[in-house]
Amino acid sequence: MTTIRCTVNGHEKTIEAPPMKRLLDVLREDLQLTGAKEGCGEGECGACAVLMNGDLVNSCLIPALQVEGARITTIEGLAIDEKLHPIQQCFLEEGGAQCGICTPGMILATHHLLEKHTQPTLLQIQEGLNGNLCRCTGYMRIFEAVQQASLVGTAK
Amino acid sequence: MARTPQIVGQSPLRKEGKAKVLGRAQYVDDITLPNMWFGATVRSTIPRGRITSIKFDPAIPWHEFTIVSAADIPGENTIVHLAKDHPCLAVTHVNHVEEPILLLAHPDRAVLPAAVAAVHIAYEELPAIYTIEESEKKEHIIWGEGETANTFKTYLMQKNQTPIPDEIWQEADFIVEGEYRTGAQEQLYIENNGVIAEYDPESGVTVRGSMQCPFYLVHALTLVFNLPAEKCRVIQTETGGAFGGKEDFPSVIGSHAALLAMKSGHPVKLCYDRAEDMAATTKRHPSRTRHRTAVSKDGKLLAGEIDFAIDGGAYATLSPVVLSRGTIHAPGPYLWPHITVRAKAMATNIPPHGAFRGFGAPQSIFALERHMDKIAKTVGLTPEELRRRNLLSTGDRTATNQLLSDPVDMQHLLTKALRDSNYHAKRRQFDHENPTSTIKRGIGFATFFHGAGFTGSGERRLNSLVEIELTPEGQPRILVSSTEFGQGTNTILCQIAAQTLHLPYDQILIAQPDTTHVPNSGPTVASRTAMIVGKLVERAAQSLRNTLLASSHLSDNYSTQDFRRAALRFLAQHGPLKAEARYESPGNIFWDDETYSGEAYPAYAWAVYVAEVAVDTTTYAATVTSFHALQEVGKVLHPILATGQIEGGIAQAIGYALYEKCLWRNGHLTNNQMTNYIMPTSADLPPIHVTFEETPSPHGAFGAKGIGELPMDGPAPAILNAIEHATNIAFNEIPLLPEDIFERMTATPDSGTEDLNPAIAGPVFSEATA
Repeated sequence: MTTIRCTVNGHEKTIEAPPMKRLLDVLREDLQLTGAKEGCGEGECGACAVLMNGDLVNSCLIPALQVEGARITTIEGLAIDEKLHPIQQCFLEEGGAQCGICTPGMILATHHLLEKHTQPTLLQIQEGLNGNLCRCTGYMRIFEAVQQASLVGTAK
Repeated sequence: MARTPQIVGQSPLRKEGKAKVLGRAQYVDDITLPNMWFGATVRSTIPRGRITSIKFDPAIPWHEFTIVSAADIPGENTIVHLAKDHPCLAVTHVNHVEEPILLLAHPDRAVLPAAVAAVHIAYEELPAIYTIEESEKKEHIIWGEGETANTFKTYLMQKNQTPIPDEIWQEADFIVEGEYRTGAQEQLYIENNGVIAEYDPESGVTVRGSMQCPFYLVHALTLVFNLPAEKCRVIQTETGGAFGGKEDFPSVIGSHAALLAMKSGHPVKLCYDRAEDMAATTKRHPSRTRHRTAVSKDGKLLAGEIDFAIDGGAYATLSPVVLSRGTIHAPGPYLWPHITVRAKAMATNIPPHGAFRGFGAPQSIFALERHMDKIAKTVGLTPEELRRRNLLSTGDRTATNQLLSDPVDMQHLLTKALRDSNYHAKRRQFDHENPTSTIKRGIGFATFFHGAGFTGSGERRLNSLVEIELTPEGQPRILVSSTEFGQGTNTILCQIAAQTLHLPYDQILIAQPDTTHVPNSGPTVASRTAMIVGKLVERAAQSLRNTLLASSHLSDNYSTQDFRRAALRFLAQHGPLKAEARYESPGNIFWDDETYSGEAYPAYAWAVYVAEVAVDTTTYAATVTSFHALQEVGKVLHPILATGQIEGGIAQAIGYALYEKCLWRNGHLTNNQMTNYIMPTSADLPPIHVTFEETPSPHGAFGAKGIGELPMDGPAPAILNAIEHATNIAFNEIPLLPEDIFERMTATPDSGTEDLNPAIAGPVFSEATA
């Protein structure tokens, strides 16, 4: 067991976990944050994506040890006081979520994309989200949602 | 009459959408029950054989585990779908790789993989078969005997129950033959199959989990546990995609988890990881279709013989009904004076294939729409003109002799789709540019239909029931077993109830499907929810409204508050109120299972899909560069959801055509990972232009027909038709990968162009005159 200190969704956390435990399991089992999902367990699908020090990472590939001192944002940390984040609102309005299992990762990937490109082109959206697989939408509604979110402005 | 805002046809927010975007929706693996253990499955490592011994490695502390074998099954050792051939757990023999033999449970999830690996099973191997051809040979009989040897089901569908007269073949100007193949396809829902089961000696079994059809699992549990249905409770949790992959399979995993719960005395969670889900659960049936068509020189279809074969895998599961839908869709939206379809579902030692969006139709439609382009080329007509001369229209009779009494205008759809996609100009442009370009571009299309609802007398047998109750707070709540797994069931059913009850959309509730509380509204499959269940919701809502209006608590022209007050008064005075509606077969619907004739489906969706492709002659990769999907689907209940359904289906079908290949070795799926089974990403898809035409159907809620499966049918043949235009090579098998294109494009000149097969052509046709 290793003691790991990190910040999750703005809260300081101290976790006792085996050093190689996956961040995904730390979030889901130790912190009861089940928004990040396991789709493949090998970094292909992005359903477990979270933000770590501002970078988009697949939490199934991150050992707990590596989280020491890091800032983690999960889907649970995006909405403030029940008010949906503009990206969440746009996904909801534009039909960007169907079955919803890829949605947490997809929304965090969008957040990361819009920080890099506030007004992304379609190509930038396609590339920015291509680490997150969605089997329901064919991505078209998701592109709409991202474009809407970029118009609303999400940088805050 | 109160004037209510139009809700049907608008796009209100997805009912459970807020929970999903917040990441709060509870999927089965997000749920933890007190004292819960975890389950795992010990599976066969060989495709076929007799189990000779099972040894437990002494290095594992087995006393900590619960171990379930077939001997622990209190009822029948069977997973029931249509036949009882499929054991819940193998006893003496195994018939496919990954066949479940033992089940393990332990309080610590992490120790299970090592324990599974420490169960050593020895086998006496038996010869195994892997293809339709090997199965047909019947050298090795792996299923059934005599007439049914290796054969789950056969159908003979003949128009007017008469064989094709010999003179047709003798007098036809052309006889065109072709063979077409499709591969297996993984549903690849992002949430794997998973359940949590509980057992109580008094109350029975409870299983909650990811699924499409809670009452299918109830039925399976009643047999495995020898319990009455009241003691088999099934609850659907939020379901992360399904596409048919959670239609029949939850009966397997649900029964397994429940056995572990019974023996361990703990709730047991059994959730597969990706590798296990892909290796062990159902996929789309691979197929082989052979066409032989008699055509006149002016391009009229005179007669068609279609041999349609699917590979069902090791057990029957749903193969007979998949075969049925594939059979009925095989003649497509064309007028055939004579048609014979011979269909069969064959057994192989591959894990059983099962339901997947389209359910047999994408396979037979792929074959037909490729074959239509071949016929056009043979006769010397354009693909458009050949279809125009043969498309069904209002008043015609289909291959099952169904009279098309509702308006059908495929000619118009074809005109519009080709215009919207700029088909003719693009065809000319590509023909002009391709000779001097390393990127060969092409455009092609497919015309097709898809029947909504269960086939033939299926809906009558299902006898679905829908209820709407008033909650103690006076709000209407819909009670159905129809499940939400992304397609929008919750939302559209609430829209229908809101519109009918003259209430705002947000006033309508829908219950979580829990078989102790909801009636059986049938399985959530077959593009039936909007049309069949939607209509029942409409009728139940009408009944609830009438009851309240008749009670004198409510008068016409009511507000939401009036309704709430009236509901509360009614409840106080009369007690609980539940309005119901049961399926009633339309009087004019007739179907004969013996002769395969009559009204195959109450309604059809009609479509023309146009694909534009680019084939890079340096990398041999084919990509879809633009896609136009025009469809007539009756009333569109929710434009955003409907568009999303079509786009998502097209994306899956592009994967089916160009990316997704199941690689089998000795019955093992060798690419059971997202790393090497390639589905389309956001960077792989073209712009998809979706257009609806709406001809309301009298059979569906507010005129709705089914749309869920339709988009799976057309893209693959449209894409391969476009690739033939681009390369002048006829590819007749999917998936079509760059290596397949490479092989044909770099082959010797003889094999590089399509062989129009003069040997099998009719009397006047030869390659020289074509």
